[in-house]
Amino acid sequence: MLKLSNIHTYYGNIHALKGIDIEVEEGEVISLIGANGAGKSTTLMTTSGIVPAKKGTIELNGEDITYLPPDDIVKKGICQVPEGRRIFPYLTVAENLDMGAFLRNDNDKIKQDLAYVYELFPILANRRNQAGGTLSGGEQQMLAISRALMSRPKILLLDEPSLGLAPIVVKQIFSIIEKINQESRTTIFIVEQNANLALKAAHRGYVMETGRITMTDTGENLLANEDVKKAYLGI
Amino acid sequence: MRWISILLGLSGTGAVGFFAVREIIMYPMYFFELFLGGLTRGSIYALIALGYTMVYGIIQLINFAHGEIYMIGAMTALIVATVLGMWGWNTAVIVILAFVFAIVYSCAYGFTVEKIAYKPLRNAPRLSALISAIGMSLFLQNYVMLAQTPDYLPFQSLIPDFQFWEPFAHIITSVEITIIITTVIVMILLGLLIKFTRIGKAMRATAQDKVMAALLGINVNNVISATFVVGSATAAIGGVLIACHVGQINFYIGFLAGLKAFIAAVLGGIGSIPGAVLGSLVLGISESFFTGYFWSEYEDVFAFAILVLILIFRPSGILGRHDTQKV
Ligand SMILES: Nc1ncnc2c1ncn2[C@@H]1O[C@H](COP(=O)(O)OP(=O)(O)O)[C@@H](O)[C@H]1O
Ligand SMILES: [Mg+2]
Repeated sequence: MLKLSNIHTYYGNIHALKGIDIEVEEGEVISLIGANGAGKSTTLMTTSGIVPAKKGTIELNGEDITYLPPDDIVKKGICQVPEGRRIFPYLTVAENLDMGAFLRNDNDKIKQDLAYVYELFPILANRRNQAGGTLSGGEQQMLAISRALMSRPKILLLDEPSLGLAPIVVKQIFSIIEKINQESRTTIFIVEQNANLALKAAHRGYVMETGRITMTDTGENLLANEDVKKAYLGI
Repeated sequence: MRWISILLGLSGTGAVGFFAVREIIMYPMYFFELFLGGLTRGSIYALIALGYTMVYGIIQLINFAHGEIYMIGAMTALIVATVLGMWGWNTAVIVILAFVFAIVYSCAYGFTVEKIAYKPLRNAPRLSALISAIGMSLFLQNYVMLAQTPDYLPFQSLIPDFQFWEPFAHIITSVEITIIITTVIVMILLGLLIKFTRIGKAMRATAQDKVMAALLGINVNNVISATFVVGSATAAIGGVLIACHVGQINFYIGFLAGLKAFIAAVLGGIGSIPGAVLGSLVLGISESFFTGYFWSEYEDVFAFAILVLILIFRPSGILGRHDTQKV
């Protein structure tokens, strides 16, 4: 469904992605793990068109989307929840969710989807008129995921959803992510430093080191792999 | 030393306060007139300051060419009103068309200035865009000077002296009351636009986080253009109104008005819309009192003194926080 082939991305002189290949099939949960600075966020930002690739191609269902601007990529059905969640701090929770549905005109369906995310995360319904910046980290992550869902993505890109959250909240977020994948058949691409969690949730995984993909296998196999254990699972 | 200066300061303030209170009690009507004059002035500042603050809120740029957009609004109205007046058109029609043309022209200029002078520099150091803004300002001034003349051109007041207003006209003229009411209406409409419409919400989101806005499918370039257009429209309205009030304009009126409105925006907290309105009213009213009670010849010095004082003591302005809410 989504296919990155030989992607090279630079920040000025810094060669952040050095020819990566990733393939995501429809309905899958894919995890990309790697240490801090490996290039995971860059992979997502390149896919979303924020930091366009210098070389290589990105295809969505066979269509070349490598050089589309970010808003067109969202139109094609790829929506990202970036690292640090990036909630609009002075918009209310409801307004943040509105922005997720920015490109849509089907008001009835938007209402349904709003009801759906409020059901997934009832706390957001209670806070709907509160400024986004006043939410706790966990609530902000819930809002960020909900906001992305409001765009009805075909593929949801999640950048470190567990970052800075208490273990119990992380667990809740991951169970919701699996639920979203199963209930609405949304394809999910997770980037994580928390390898254990991410690989357990994933059908398949990729391991990234300094701008290169070094390993790929099913989630289970990667969890059992000695190198992965040593480098990322602290075993 | 410290005590002496505090004592001097207190007695100075006391003397000024005493003088002011005595004046107010003895001539309350004069006080009231100055207040309304200041409100009128502040309204015009507000119509211009909005453009500064919205643009700053969204791209952190002081758009120094904004005063020229205001001047172009006034010029356009002048030309339309003169031509249609010669053709003997009905006054009401002239007023409406003058406003419409002024707004359309100013918006077109504001839009184009952003595309030509700022968009190519979006990722350049901030100083480059600032220099580009100053260049644009000089260019537009000179361009209008050559296209028109450097002389002051008489501006027929488009706003008639209303009959029913006759009894109050010695306190506040028809033109002034029109300015205040128009400003209030514009502010309300703008508030509704920002708060409730799709583009208004997109403006606020873009001001808070451009990358995130783009990640949700918002075309950031279009939102920035829309911000320039909205700011230009309110400035154009201000331009037409002030031209009616003062009765003459030239290519240079945008410079001082723009600078004052910029000071007002900084006073209120640049980036904040309520701040721009509040800062404008405070500046307009205090200027009016200052010139009315103290030295009228130091009118402009007063505004700059205020700018210096804010920059020293409260750079974030009255309503600005450190992470000021923008747009
Ligand atoms: N905006 C940027 N400017 C310059 N270098 C950057 C920028 N963002 C990331 N980098 C560099 O690119 C590399 C990959 O970063 P990133 O994709 O954020 O890694 P990860 O998400 O895996 O921690 C790092 O070396 C980082 O320093
Ligand atoms: Mg990262």
